[in-house]
Amino acid sequence: MNPALSYRQAFNTILKRDLKIALRHRDDIVNPLLFFIIVITLFAISVGAMPNVLMTIAPGVIWVAALLSTLLSLERLFKNDYQDGSLEQLLLSPCPVFILVLAKIVAHWLVTSLPLILLAPLLAMMMNLHPDGYLALFLTLLLGTPILSLLGAIGVALTVALKKGGVLLSLLILPLYIPVLILATAAVEAATMNSPYQGHLAIIAALFFASLITAPFAVGAALKVSTN
Amino acid sequence: MLNASNLTCIREERILFDALDLDFQPGDIWQIAGANGTGKTSLLRILAGLMEPENGEVCYQQTAIQKCAEEYHQDLLYLGHSPGVKSELTVLENLKFNLQLCSQDTEQCEKLLEQVDLFGFADTLAAHLSAGQHRRIALARLWLTQAKIWILDEPFTAIDKLGVKRLEQRILEHADQGGIVILTTHQDLSLPKSRYQTLTLERIFS
Repeated sequence: MNPALSYRQAFNTILKRDLKIALRHRDDIVNPLLFFIIVITLFAISVGAMPNVLMTIAPGVIWVAALLSTLLSLERLFKNDYQDGSLEQLLLSPCPVFILVLAKIVAHWLVTSLPLILLAPLLAMMMNLHPDGYLALFLTLLLGTPILSLLGAIGVALTVALKKGGVLLSLLILPLYIPVLILATAAVEAATMNSPYQGHLAIIAALFFASLITAPFAVGAALKVSTN
Repeated sequence: MLNASNLTCIREERILFDALDLDFQPGDIWQIAGANGTGKTSLLRILAGLMEPENGEVCYQQTAIQKCAEEYHQDLLYLGHSPGVKSELTVLENLKFNLQLCSQDTEQCEKLLEQVDLFGFADTLAAHLSAGQHRRIALARLWLTQAKIWILDEPFTAIDKLGVKRLEQRILEHADQGGIVILTTHQDLSLPKSRYQTLTLERIFS
């Protein structure tokens, strides 16, 4: 009898596979990023030559664009695996489901959100963000986008068996995204006004850890219900 | 080793089967037969623990499978309707992943591919292969696995005659070594009649 796969091995195996698939299937990386760039660019163009207006709305616009681009890419998290039958194989593997789910979510975040975070400063410059806001923007995105992926995964897991789950998915998880959005934009705004934003950041971090701990279990349970 | 008691399955408000008692012993080969829509796949999914029965329970070594999921999954090999092959990965990568997930060593991959007539396709993307070849990738695991219980849903679909023969041979070998094979198929098995049992699911009209 082989020893059971250790948690770390299982995590790495899934992570590597998902990253490989994403890299071969470039759409997964390019589409959300392109959406992010287009939305922000259009805002910058349509508002026109009013640097002050841009400066005021910059944190909100950047965060809304990040949120929507995550939402767009979420469906792919489990859909393909569900359709080609590999989700069943994952659920039947000897290692606990939450490990596999966590690996898939991390892979998804690395592929969709990380490029977006790296590109954000450039777009922030286009939106004429106040120089003091850059660090806050970076930190809120770094802590906030994983929350979006984790919470979103619950919604995806619940709707994966539905033919047209897209609308339902947005309805399910947008309310859960609102607190993150409010806190993050408030933090960036506070930073641009040179007032402390550590409080906001702490709450976002708390949300991050809470969802990191609970979401994989919820996703595992939701997947079992969906494949039933 | 694996038994099910009082299984009832209801889909779309129709009773598919009712109060089904099954007992699988080492060395058994079970063919689940029945017309389309009589609940063959549902039965297999319930046995694998992917689906909850309306009533009754499935026990592995006298423990309900939900309670010993980790051990049960270690000893179980389930192949569903869809082969679970990723078209973005190559044949070899698919096979390796499947094996790694069940903590099998991956050194003999090439040899396994030979068994299922995929030798020379190792580095081809699965997207470029046919449905039968996809199924062969999934089936390759059978030649290495240490799982005792095989639950195979239509394993012969899209497989050519020679492939079917080899697969039947492998199934027989596994049963002879004390394994359990539960499979659905519409074709007749060419195994000796004394070697396998058939369970025919009838449509229940209510």
